Amino acid sequence: MTRLGGIALVAAVVLALVLPQFLKGYGLYLISMWAVLTIAVLGLNLTLGYAGQVSLAQGAFVGIGAYTVALLMQAGWPFPLTFICAALLCFGIGWGLGYPALRVQHHYLAFITLAFNTLVFLLLRNEEWLTHGIYGVTGIMRPVLIGWSTGKPLDYYYFCVSMLTLVAGGLWWMIRSPWGRAFVALRENPIRALSLGLDTRRYTLMAFAIGSSLGGVSGALYAPLVQFIEPNSFALGLSFNLLLMLIVGGSGYFFGPFLGALVAVLLPEWLRVTQSYYLIAYAAAVMLMMAFCPSGLCGLLGRVAKALRSNRAAGAAAPALQGERTHP
Amino acid sequence: MASFIQLLVSGLATGAIYALIAVGFTLLWQTSQTINFAQGEFVMLPAFFVLAAMNFGAPFWLAALIAVALSIIILGLIFKFVIVDPMLKHGVLPLVISTIALSLFLKESAKDFYSSQAQPFPALVSPIDLHFLGAVISVQSLAVLAVAVASVLTLHLVLNNTRLGRMMQATAQNPILARILGVPVRRMVLYTFLINGILVAIASILISPIYLAKFTNGETLGMAAFLAAIIGGFNQVRGAILGGIILGVLDNLSAAYVSSQYRAAFPLIILIVVILWRPQGLLGRVEERTV
Repeated sequence: MTRLGGIALVAAVVLALVLPQFLKGYGLYLISMWAVLTIAVLGLNLTLGYAGQVSLAQGAFVGIGAYTVALLMQAGWPFPLTFICAALLCFGIGWGLGYPALRVQHHYLAFITLAFNTLVFLLLRNEEWLTHGIYGVTGIMRPVLIGWSTGKPLDYYYFCVSMLTLVAGGLWWMIRSPWGRAFVALRENPIRALSLGLDTRRYTLMAFAIGSSLGGVSGALYAPLVQFIEPNSFALGLSFNLLLMLIVGGSGYFFGPFLGALVAVLLPEWLRVTQSYYLIAYAAAVMLMMAFCPSGLCGLLGRVAKALRSNRAAGAAAPALQGERTHP
Repeated sequence: MASFIQLLVSGLATGAIYALIAVGFTLLWQTSQTINFAQGEFVMLPAFFVLAAMNFGAPFWLAALIAVALSIIILGLIFKFVIVDPMLKHGVLPLVISTIALSLFLKESAKDFYSSQAQPFPALVSPIDLHFLGAVISVQSLAVLAVAVASVLTLHLVLNNTRLGRMMQATAQNPILARILGVPVRRMVLYTFLINGILVAIASILISPIYLAKFTNGETLGMAAFLAAIIGGFNQVRGAILGGIILGVLDNLSAAYVSSQYRAAFPLIILIVVILWRPQGLLGRVEERTV
């Protein structure tokens, strides 16, 4: 990482720790939501950005995670246990969803995962004995962790951010491990990866399972944050939004999900001055972005940084610096 | 038996409309690798063109013509040149995102600039019911079926039996070879976008009297088009027709005889089975893998 990037990262971390002290209820809710959504997008980034497996079902996993936590807590289970259950359940289901990916790719996979998402939505809506149907689950308590009550918005924000830090740290390590390399190989050229002796079958399934379990983790934090969940929150729209966040931030870039989720959470608030037209403005912004910078904000920042550097290094016959990611 | 016939006819009518939408969808996919996630909204919109034109005092037939013309221009020409063309070089995924954003854009525009309420829409024919073997069949379903079948048949004949249609097919199957053989590939691609504009306008005029004109109509219709296209075969017009009909009939029958709560689930289960068993669709060709 460059010096400029390092400074930006430190500034962002300080901001994430200090800024909330000055925020009130709704602001805290928004940045907590940012942390929660970022975890889901990080998972999608692993599945789609690094391993190249198109998934339109991340919203369903957020839903499964949220319902698992909400229902088990209602049954009197302690939060940490329900949290682990949510992650494991999504890991298992995600593993299963990976099997179609062994047979079909690209748009076919997109539609299978899309169908899966709608099936999960129908189950959440129709199986009233389990999920209370359209009435949803209300009164989800914020957890008490080893004597630390996260009932206040500020405390819950710090809890979410520490979970985000844990997840991000784990992913940072994983992407640099042989596993991460294998995922990228899967994206860039699966047949070549296979012929080099990589167990593509196992890595495809793993990419789905880990990405999905992060969706579950995100849902597990989402339920206590909003304290009321209903099936409509986890319909296709959420999956589309998560995908949008990933692409807007920069798919396949480590920091893409952080930026993408930030834009998705803040932009509608800033565009509130446009009143009911804000969704139109948001959609138009996304289309413009895709036309002019399809590698997302991270790609845009990378381009700017590269231009700055090549200005500075003008004259010195340095070879062109490559970004962190080579594009397919 | 009587209710079965009733369900079958209305299923065929909706299925034929799904087929229209799905055919446009597969045409765009074949010639320009565009997966149009806004196809449902493309069907939602022309109904509002009709209503707007009628608000200005145009009779229904004129309003329908204006809607078809507008949808050729906006959903065909402008869509191609402003949205698809600049994105094509970036690959499939950014274009997918862009069409998802476009669907949101169109939906919200219809809501904000026309109305968020469902609007009544004039029917093609007067609501008379026919009695046949004890079944009650509305003339409207029959009219819808007739118009949809006629449109699809016309398209099929044009594609298979005219020089223009064969040039379009050549463009879809192998653009490089087509160009070498002197087919104006770019113009052919443009034609598919214009044809899609016509198809969605017809579908819109046919389906709106049944569903009312509402800005959220696109969600279910778009989904039906994808499902039909994939079940039948992504790269075949015939496949999309078959897929649409299967979907429409199945939807009606399963809602009546199995479970209305899970009616939306049956097409999805069929989709998953078809993709896993025959990824190329029921009538599709296998696409080669590139290393």
